Amino acid sequence: MTEQSIISEFKKRFKPDILEVSGKNQKRAVITIKPGAILRASEYLYKESGLRFIIASAIHTKRGFEIHYHFSMDSSGLILNLHVILDRVKPEIESLSNMFNASNWIEREMHELFGINFLNHPNHDKLISEGNWAEGVYPYRKEFKSATEEKK
Amino acid sequence: MSRKTLIPIGPYHPLQEEPELFRLYCDGEIVKDIQWVTGYNHRSIEKLSESKTYEQVFFLVERICGICSTSHPFAFANAVEEIAGVEITDRTKYIRSIIGELERIHSHLLWVGLAGHFLGYNTVFMWAWKYREPVLDLFEMITGNRNSYAMFRVGGVRRDIENHKIAEIRRVLSEVKSKTDLLTGAVMDDPVIHARTKGVGVLTRQDVIDYGAVGPTARASGVAIDVRKDDPYAAYPLVDWKVITSETGDVFAKAEVRLLEMYESISIIEQCLKGLEKEKEGDIIVKVTEIPEGIGNGRAEAPRGEVFHFVVSDGSNSPARHKIRAPSYVNIATFKKSCIGQTIADATITLAGVDPCYCCTERLAVVCDARSGEKLMNARELIEKSAARTASLNKDFNCNK
Repeated sequence: MTEQSIISEFKKRFKPDILEVSGKNQKRAVITIKPGAILRASEYLYKESGLRFIIASAIHTKRGFEIHYHFSMDSSGLILNLHVILDRVKPEIESLSNMFNASNWIEREMHELFGINFLNHPNHDKLISEGNWAEGVYPYRKEFKSATEEKK
Repeated sequence: MSRKTLIPIGPYHPLQEEPELFRLYCDGEIVKDIQWVTGYNHRSIEKLSESKTYEQVFFLVERICGICSTSHPFAFANAVEEIAGVEITDRTKYIRSIIGELERIHSHLLWVGLAGHFLGYNTVFMWAWKYREPVLDLFEMITGNRNSYAMFRVGGVRRDIENHKIAEIRRVLSEVKSKTDLLTGAVMDDPVIHARTKGVGVLTRQDVIDYGAVGPTARASGVAIDVRKDDPYAAYPLVDWKVITSETGDVFAKAEVRLLEMYESISIIEQCLKGLEKEKEGDIIVKVTEIPEGIGNGRAEAPRGEVFHFVVSDGSNSPARHKIRAPSYVNIATFKKSCIGQTIADATITLAGVDPCYCCTERLAVVCDARSGEKLMNARELIEKSAARTASLNKDFNCNK
């Protein structure tokens, strides 16, 4: 299977869920989907097409919370970013950790740093601060000010 | 259910000078469960990066890891150059690959030494670290630093490798090669090392896929992934080399993959040096004036596996978001599979088997007398001392013009 056939098959299967498709070149693609389709879309990429889950990156923007799920197709060098936009007040999305362990830690980390909820995550404990950080304060959100920034 | 004994390893690790905590839940001598606690060293580099300019971020990401300090700038450069759409010069490609491969050699030698140390085999430790030293000297001659080389920038490299230094690099490489032969022979034939590492800490192919493990950890289980081949960057598509794999997935296979990879690295550097001789000296930078809006996925194959940098640019002079994924992040998670069912004695080498890197280098600015608190040397004097040492090394290597 080539990188182009994966993308065209993906477009065909998930047509009602896709919001936008873009890509800089043949080896990079960003597909924005509705958050509700994340489990089905990842299942297609990971289980059926054999792509490797690299990591997920959360971003806090004006549109709300965005997550890029980076998948790598090692046979062709393609990086496919599954992009979702979550609600700014109550960001939540289904966890992928029941499908593969690779997303277990990063989802805990995003929960801790951005306050994004991952539904049905097997272990939603904090990853980095293990109880040494205030509840409900999320340091990677844009409104967060560190102690030195507040003094200014 | 029987009661389990909790054995903590860390947070002050007796061997690896980095803070981490493993909680081993044991039944008798057998490890039944493992829990990893981290965050002792969290420096929030992703957040810091948002407050720095693109040129400054290179120095920041270089300090993520003290051992593979060029892999992060490498991946970051790939990501930013993808956003800017820059095509770097061939000379830059060769220089970048030479630095990357030299780093792989010294990092793998460091691991072999540490692995020996973990097994209580200190001769291997002493040998490997002794043979690693000339590589660090070579780095100091080329870049001025033993570690954190500060070679990368957007669109090129900061310093050239002048052609008159090539002969010296070749001489050191041939020396390293003969020592690698010696070390490989000693490790691969040693019955004690066989007994301690074969069948220990086995990671199956399916485990690797499930946890998304990368680098030698994946390759030792027969998963032939290597970013240098799969998504080629720098000079890797211009030279001839092969991906080393092994099938058994135990600690021995991981050692074998690393030792054999050093030969590939030496071969890559030799080919890059040939390429370097053909290119014009000083042609090492493409001017980049602006980083446009967009996203960049940059990756590089570090000694421990794939480093991944995701950069979001809003068109300003600093990243709007910078996500970093180091290889140990996914490799350490595999302990859940490889350690359980092992004895406690084997757990330590299994933990060391993936070459975990907990990311620490602190910057030294002032040297004080511990008793009186008197300042012995400040930052400027340290830099002067370092420059003098580089000059003397250059003299020793006969590399002055």
